[in-house]
Amino acid sequence: MSASASEPSLSAPIGTGVSDRLSKKASRHVKERIIEALLFSAAAFSVFVTVAIVYVLVKESWIFFQTVPITDFLFDTQWTPLFDDAHYGIMVLLSGTLTSSGVALLVAIPLGTIIALYLSEFAGFKVREIAKPFLELLGGVPTIVYGYFALTFLTPILQKVYPDLPGFNLLSAGLVMGIMIIPYVASLSEDAMRAVPMALREGSYAMGATRLQTALWVVTPAATSGIASAYILGISRAVGETMILAVAAGMQPNLTFNPTEPGATITSNIVQVALGDLPHGSIGYQTIFAAGLTLLLMTLAFNLLGYWLRKRFREVY
Amino acid sequence: MMQAADLAAIRAIITRAKRWDMFFSLLGILSLMVGVLTFTVLFVDMAIQGVPRLSMDFFTSFPSRRAENAGILSAWVGTVLVMLVTALSAVPLGVAAGVYLEEYAPKNWMTDIIEINISNLAGIPSIVYGLLALGLFVYYFGFGQSILSAGLTLALLILPVIIVATRESIRAIPRSIHEGSYACGATTWQTVSDHILPYSSAGILTGVIIGMARAIGETAPIITIGALTFIAFLPTAPFAGDPPAGLFDWIFAPFTVMPIQMFNWTSRPEAAFTVNAAAAGFVLVFMTLAMNGLAIYVRYRLRKNIKW
Amino acid sequence: MQLQTGLEAGIEGAVLKADVRELDFHYGAFHALKRVSMPIHDHMVTSLIGPSGCGKSTLLRCFNRMHDLYPGNRYSGGGIVLYPDNTNLLAPEVDPIEVRMRISMVFQKPNPFPKSIYENAAYCLRARGMRNKNELDDRVESALKGAALWNEVSGRLKELGANLSGGQQQRLCIARALASDPEIILFDEPTSALDPIATASIEELIIELKEKVTILIVTHNMQQAARISDFTAYMYLGEMVEFGVTDQIFIKPQKKATEDYITGRFG
Repeated sequence: MSASASEPSLSAPIGTGVSDRLSKKASRHVKERIIEALLFSAAAFSVFVTVAIVYVLVKESWIFFQTVPITDFLFDTQWTPLFDDAHYGIMVLLSGTLTSSGVALLVAIPLGTIIALYLSEFAGFKVREIAKPFLELLGGVPTIVYGYFALTFLTPILQKVYPDLPGFNLLSAGLVMGIMIIPYVASLSEDAMRAVPMALREGSYAMGATRLQTALWVVTPAATSGIASAYILGISRAVGETMILAVAAGMQPNLTFNPTEPGATITSNIVQVALGDLPHGSIGYQTIFAAGLTLLLMTLAFNLLGYWLRKRFREVY
Repeated sequence: MMQAADLAAIRAIITRAKRWDMFFSLLGILSLMVGVLTFTVLFVDMAIQGVPRLSMDFFTSFPSRRAENAGILSAWVGTVLVMLVTALSAVPLGVAAGVYLEEYAPKNWMTDIIEINISNLAGIPSIVYGLLALGLFVYYFGFGQSILSAGLTLALLILPVIIVATRESIRAIPRSIHEGSYACGATTWQTVSDHILPYSSAGILTGVIIGMARAIGETAPIITIGALTFIAFLPTAPFAGDPPAGLFDWIFAPFTVMPIQMFNWTSRPEAAFTVNAAAAGFVLVFMTLAMNGLAIYVRYRLRKNIKW
Repeated sequence: MQLQTGLEAGIEGAVLKADVRELDFHYGAFHALKRVSMPIHDHMVTSLIGPSGCGKSTLLRCFNRMHDLYPGNRYSGGGIVLYPDNTNLLAPEVDPIEVRMRISMVFQKPNPFPKSIYENAAYCLRARGMRNKNELDDRVESALKGAALWNEVSGRLKELGANLSGGQQQRLCIARALASDPEIILFDEPTSALDPIATASIEELIIELKEKVTILIVTHNMQQAARISDFTAYMYLGEMVEFGVTDQIFIKPQKKATEDYITGRFG
C-alpha cells in the first residue's frame, strides 16, 4: 500500500499535496464558471425579451395581413375593425398620434430646452438641487393621473376660452402630455449641457461673453447630439403615451390633424380594443398587434435615429 | 489704446447683453413655474375633489355600482401583490444583468448587442410590453389574466431601469476597491459579493424604488393583458378556504390594480364616480410621490456619506 | 516689500499698464494670494513663475475676473489698477464682462469652440454685437494674421476649429483673444500641452504680439520665461517673492529663495 493522500510523507511525491490544492482550485473554478453563466443568462435575457416582442407582434400581424391586404392597412381612410363593414386604415390612428404628439412636443421641446439651459447655465447650485428632484417627481406622476387632469381640469378651462371644444379632444391631452414630457427633455438635455467641459465655458467668458451668449453660442452647439437625443426620447415618449389619450382624447378613430377634435391614437386604440372582450385569435384581436407593430417600428426608427445622431455628432470638445 | 468713448460703447453693449441675460433668466424661471404650477394645481385639485372621500371604508370596500359605496380594497391589494411579483422577478434579474455587464462582460460583439438592446428596450412604449405579455404570458404560457402575468409584464418594463441603476452604482465604486480585492486573491464572484454589491446597494436600491414607482402607475400594459376592471373579491390567501389554497395559488387569481380602478371611474360619466377617481388618484400620486421621495432621499444620503 | 518698477530697473520707455496692489484672494477659507504687489508694463511681456500651487495662475485669473464664475471665491483685499483710466478691476461695481472685454485670455489647453475657424476668431466681435459682414471678415483676417495662422487656414475658414493641430488650435485661441483689440492678453501656461515645435512658434508669436498688446504669462518653464519675457515675477506660497527685469532675475536675483528656485535647488 502506498501512503494515503491524507498523510503525505516525505517519501511520497510532493504532487499529492499540490494536486489536492489544485482540485480545490478547480472546484472554485467550476463555481465561478456557473455563477458567470447564470449572470450572463440574466444579461442575455434582455435580448430574449426583444426577440419575444418582435416574434409575438410579427406572428399575430402576419395572420392579420393574411386577411387584410397591406395596401388597405396603409391607405384606407377609415378604421372600423369592429364594424360589419370593417376597414383597417392605420392612417386614421396615425393622424391622432401625430396630432397629439405634435401638440405635446410644441410644449415640451421649447420649455424643456429653456429649463435645461436655465438650470445648467444660469441657476445657482441651490435652485438646481431643488428643481432637479422636482422635475423627477413631475416625470414620476402616473400618466392615468395626467389623463384625469386633462379631462376634468384642463378641458373645462379650454372650453371657457374656446366654447366649441368637445369634451374629448386631442388638444388638452396633447398639452398635458407635453407637460409630462418636459422632465425627460429637460433632464437629458441638461445632462448633455453639463457634460460640456468647463474649459469651453471659461474660454467664452474670458472673451467677455455673457451667460446667454455662452449658453447659446458655445454650450448648445457643443451639446447638440445630447440635446437631439433628448428630443428624440421626448418624441418617442409622446408617440408611445397611452393613458392620457385614452382618458382625455376620447378613443374615436378620426382622420384629422385638427387638435380641437376628438381622436384615437395607435396606443389608445389598443386600450379600447383590449377593454372589450375580444376572443383570442379573432381579427379584432389581431388588429392590436398590427397596430402595435406599427408603433414598435416607429419607436425603433426614433431609437436608431438617436443612436445614429450620437455616433455621427460625437461631441467634439 | 482704450478711449473713454470706447469704454462707453462697451458699457452700452454690456447693458444691452445683460438685459437679454435677465430676460432669459426670467424665461427659465417661468418655464420651471409652468411645471411647478401644473403639478401643484393637479395635486391640489385632486386633493380638493378626492380627500373628503377618503375614509376607512374607501380602503376596505370593494368597487360598487353605487359610487358612494365603492372602495379600492381589491385595487390596492392587487397593486401590492402585483408589485411583489414584479420586485421578486425584476430585482434579481436586473441586478444580475447589471453585475454581469460591469464585472464580467468581455468586450465583444455579444456584449455590444446586449448593451444596445437594453437601451433600446428602455425606449419601447409600455403598451408594447402589454402586447408581448398578452401573446406570451396570457395565451402562450397560459398564465391567464392573472397577478402573475401582470407582475411579470411590469418586471420586463422596469428591467432596464434596474440594470442601468445597478451599472451606474457599480461604476461609482473606485477601481482601487476592485483591485484591492483581487490583490487579496479573491475571485470575481468573491469580489462582487463581498465588495461590489454591498457598496453599491444604496444606489441599486434607488433604482429599484424608482422602477417600482413607475410600475405602480403603469396602466396601459395591464389593461392590454385584459385585467378586469370590476373585481369584488380578493385572491384566496395561502392555506385558506376549502379545499385549502396552495402557497402560490394567489398568483393565478384575477385582479385589478389602483390605476385601472381609477381609469374605470374616470371613464364613467357620473360626477360621483369622478370624485372616486380623484380619491383613488390622490392615493396613487401619494404612493408614487412617497416612493420617488424615498429614492431621492436615499440618493442624497448616499452622496453625503460617500467616503472615497 | 520693496518692489522695483521697470523704470527703476532701467528698461527705457516702460510705461505702467496695470498695478497689482497688496492683493489678497481666498478660495473659500484658503488664503491663496497674500498681499501680492507687482507692476505690469505696457507693451511688455511679464511672466509669472513659481512651483505649482504658488498662486501664479490664481493671480493671472484675477486680471480678468475669471474667479467670479465660481462661488466661494473672494477678492479679499487690495486691488488691480488698470491704467490709463485708473480703474480698479476688482471693484465690485466694475462689471466682470467689461474687464474681460478689455483683458482677454489664452488657456493652458487649446479650447477652440465647437464652431468653424471663422466663427472662433469672430467670437469676441459677435459678443460685442458686430454684425457687418465686411467688417467681421476684415477683423477675422487681421486677427488670424496677427496669430500667424492666416496662411495655414485662409482656404478652410468654414472647417471646425477642432480639426486643426494642437499648435494651430492654440494659435486660433490667440487669434480669438486678439480679434477685439484687448489691452492685455493673459496666457495661462499656453504651451504646456504642445510639442516643442508648436511651443517655439507660440513663443515667437508672443514676442511679436507685444507690439500690439501687453502680455502677462504664467509658465512653469523657466527657460521660456527667460526667452520671451521682459519682466519676471517669482511667486511662492501665495506671496510675491521677487519681481524684476528678467535678465536680472535670472542672472543676479536679489533673494536667496529666488536663486534656489532658478538654479533648480528647489522646486
